Order: sequence, then C-alpha cells, then structure tokens
Amino acid sequence: MIEIRNLHKSFGEQEVLRGIDLRINDGDTVAIIGQSGCGKSVLLKHIIGLMQPDSGEVIVDGVNMSTAKPRVIEKIRQELGFLFQGSALFDSMTVLENVTLGLREHGLRDEKELARITKEKLALVGLHGIEERMPSNLSGGMKKRVALARALATNPKYMFYDEPTTGLDPITSDQIDGLIEGLTAKLRATSVIVTHDMFTVERIAKRMVFLHEGKVHFDGPPAELNASRNPIISLFLERYRSPLTLAR
Amino acid sequence: MSRSFTLRTVGRLGGLIRRFVAEFGQAAMLLWRAASYTRRIPRDRRLLLDQMAHIGADSLPLVFVIGFFTGMVSAWQAAYQFKGLIPYSLLGAAVSRAIFLELGPVLTAIVIAGRVGASIAAEIGTMRVTEQIDALESLAISPARYLALPRIVAAVIMMPLLVIFANAIALGGAYIVSNLFLDISSKMFFESVQRFFQVKDIVIGLVKALFFGGATAFIGVHVGMNASGGAEGVGNATIRSFVLSSAMILVLDVMLWKIFF
Ligand SMILES: Nc1ncnc2c1ncn2[C@@H]1O[C@H](COP(=O)(O)OP(=O)(O)OP(=O)(O)O)[C@@H](O)[C@H]1O
Ligand SMILES: [Mg+2]
Repeated sequence: MIEIRNLHKSFGEQEVLRGIDLRINDGDTVAIIGQSGCGKSVLLKHIIGLMQPDSGEVIVDGVNMSTAKPRVIEKIRQELGFLFQGSALFDSMTVLENVTLGLREHGLRDEKELARITKEKLALVGLHGIEERMPSNLSGGMKKRVALARALATNPKYMFYDEPTTGLDPITSDQIDGLIEGLTAKLRATSVIVTHDMFTVERIAKRMVFLHEGKVHFDGPPAELNASRNPIISLFLERYRSPLTLAR
Repeated sequence: MSRSFTLRTVGRLGGLIRRFVAEFGQAAMLLWRAASYTRRIPRDRRLLLDQMAHIGADSLPLVFVIGFFTGMVSAWQAAYQFKGLIPYSLLGAAVSRAIFLELGPVLTAIVIAGRVGASIAAEIGTMRVTEQIDALESLAISPARYLALPRIVAAVIMMPLLVIFANAIALGGAYIVSNLFLDISSKMFFESVQRFFQVKDIVIGLVKALFFGGATAFIGVHVGMNASGGAEGVGNATIRSFVLSSAMILVLDVMLWKIFF
C-alpha cells in the first residue's frame, strides 16, 4: 500500500506540489492525469524516493521513503518498477544489459536465464532480436519499450508508468495498454499510470486522479470523472473527448 | 544605502556558507555510503577492473609524455640553479629526489585530474541529467556502490602505479638531458642518484599519489552527481571537477608535507 500525506514540493519559487493526499491500495489501477507541468512526474519520483519532499510524507509498505535507511529503501525498490518518461536507458550498455541489470545486480548470474528473460520481456513489448543493439541506435518508441521491458524484468509488485504510450503508434499503444491490463489482472500488480492517452485510461484505469494546481482535484472512478460538471475538469476533458467522439 | 549594502553582503555571504556546508555534507554522505559498500568490492570486481583499465592503462601514453618532459626540464632547471654554486656531481641526486617527492606525484595527479577526473564528471553528469542515475536507483542499485566506489578505489590503486611509471620515465628524461647536453657522465649521474636515494622519498611520493587519486575520482563523482541543466550543466561539471581537484591536489600536497616532515 502506498500512502501520500500532505506532500509539498517547491523548486525555488515555484510551488509544484501543494499538499497531495493519496492512498493507493494493492491491486489498484490508477491513472493520474493533469496539465503538462502540473507535477505528475514529480509526484511519481517522490513515491519511489528519487525526490525528497519539502514536507509531508510518502509511505510505501510501511516504509517512509524519505527518512528510511538507504538499504531499507533499496529493499522496497526491488518491488517497484518505474518507466521513465524519457526512457532513461543506460547509454553505455546494450539492450540486453539494460534489461537485465537489475536482475544481475541482485544476484542472478546465469547468462542463459538472463537471455531468456530478456527475450521474453522484449516480446511482451513487441520487440524481437535487438538484444545486442545500443540505445543510441533505437527509435524513440523502441527506447520507450526497452525501458518498459527493463522495468518489468524483475516482475515488480508495483508498476509506475510515466506516459507509457506517448510517442507510440496506435497499434503499439494498444499492445502496451493490453500488457498493462494483463499484468494487473494476472500478477495482481498495482499500477500507477501517468498518461495523456484517453484510450489507455478508458481501457485500463479503475480509478482516476486529476491533479490541478498542486493538489488532487478529483479522485474517483472514470465514469464519475466523465460525468463531472466541474468546469476545470470539463475544460480538461474537452480536448481529449473531441478526437474520441470523432473517431466513433 | 550603505546599511542595505552591508546587509546584502552579509546575506550573500550567509547563502554562500550555507551552500558550502550543504555541499560538503552531501559529499561526506556520498563518501560514507560508498565506503559502506567496500565489502562488496570482490563481488563487484568487474566494475573495478573496468575502471582500473580506464584510469590506469589508458593514461599511460599521457603520463609517459608528461614524465619525460618533466624530467628533461628539471635537469636543465637544476643545472641552471647549480651553476657556479654546486658541483654537477650532485645534480642526479637533486633531480631524482625532486621527481620522486614532488614532481612525479603532483604533475601526474594534475594531468590525471584533467583526463580522468573530468571524464568521470562528464560521464556521471550525463547520467544525472539524462535520468540514468534515477534509473539505477529505481532498480534498487546504489549509485554510491555501482558508480562511485569502483572509480574511487580504481584511482587510489592506479595513481601510485602511474606515479612509479612517471618517476621512471622522468628520471630517464633527466638522464638524457644531463648526458647529452650537460656533459654529465652516466656514472656520475646514477652514482649521485644512488648515493642520496632514500626509500622514504619514493614511499612518501606514492602515499601522496594515493590521496591525490582518491580525491580526484571522488571530486569527479561528486560534481557529476550534482550536475544539472543539460549539456551545458555537464560541461560546467567537467570544468568544475578539474578546477576543484587540481586545487585539492595542491592543498593536500601542503597538508601531507606538514604531516610527513
Ligand atoms: N529537478 C527539477 N528542478 C527544477 N524544477 C523541476 C524539476 N523537476 C520538475 N520541475 C518542475 O516541476 C514542474 C512539474 O514537472 P513535472 O515533470 O512533474 O510535470 P508533468 O506533470 O510530468 O508534465 P508532463 O505532462 O509535461 O510530463 C515543472 O514546472 C518543472 O519545471
Ligand atoms: Mg511528466
């Protein structure tokens, strides 16, 4: 379980998070939406302890991610998978080394097994035969998918996706949506998805969190969000609804 | 006017001190974390060996050139200072002791600060601004163990070895100049080196090298870890690492002198 209490974060003068309260139960599939620059990525980074809050706290499975000892936090992180918005692949390593680094560093040294896992995870994200390629000669969408394979390699209990389908074609996006859906159903993984993709939201989110001005402006099921008469929410959804309805 | 100026100055100074203390604390924390993983070095030997190759073997050509020219110049310099005061039969001793104690370790360290320290800062700085350090942490891999420790340990091990190499080359350079340009026979040169030779000189030089190496790599890592702001930030980190570690090498040199003598 993830609990966020009264989380505040500023960068210099700029107040990004102004008191976030959020609780994510095991097995939840939460989509976080909000304007570009409203602090979605910053919020995710606080959850896994990559950023330190100015005040407030983040508790994951009973561990305070800003005050616990590094080794305790590392233990928790072994249960987490994080897909970075910008992929963040290790550019000095091959695809295979990227995908397997986490496993290797936590003790799995059997090369055959590592190769098998890499193949399996790459197949999940629709990639084949690129194990020996370097990140610098992959396309943006391929990088994103390799990064996803890397995040999935350790079969984490919590998955955080920062814009998993941004920059992908519709078919691959569908495949990624299906993958996230499947992981949630099969492994009972808890998923937190930051996205601007309303197809993703429609298909997999059981719960929507809408961030606005550094606070949780809405938290509830998608249908409720859709029906909301709140002007800020309406305005926000307007942009997404139009292509959706046009497509129908 | 002047009051507000004073206040502003005091305020700015306060900010500066606060930043310095904060950064110092951060650096100490990094060192502490890296040190807490020393027991893992045998298991992580691949990382260490890679860095040793990069820091040590790849620096040999540069150290060769630096050593050779340093040796040549120091022979000429000594001859110039000795002229009419001290017999040339003592030149070998003076030059070799200067090389072993000071020139070898300090010049090698400063060149390595330029080559290795800056490249560490650039590499880790790039990893920082492209979120690769965050990615490491998200995989539950400690950057202190995975990035900092192998680089620091490799530099601590390799710097003395590089200095031994630099000393030998510099001595050769000094000998060549003495023999070809200063009419000092091989026998006179090496007898003088031998007669005043002290193991202590070499050892002190190497102990210094060990500190210089550790400081250079540590500063490179620390500065890289704190890089921000894209390619420009990485560039600044590189420069900063070189400036800080060269200064640190000279400060350490003075401090270690006080300790040893
Ligand atoms: N390390 C940082 N230093 C300074 N400011 C930062 C930092 N990280 C984020 N910010 C600022 O915090 C704000 C929120 O950033 P964040 O990346 O969380 O936005 P976002 O909601 O993820 O947007 P997008 O949908 O475009 O990804 C931005 O204004 C950004 O400039
Ligand atoms: Mg973002």
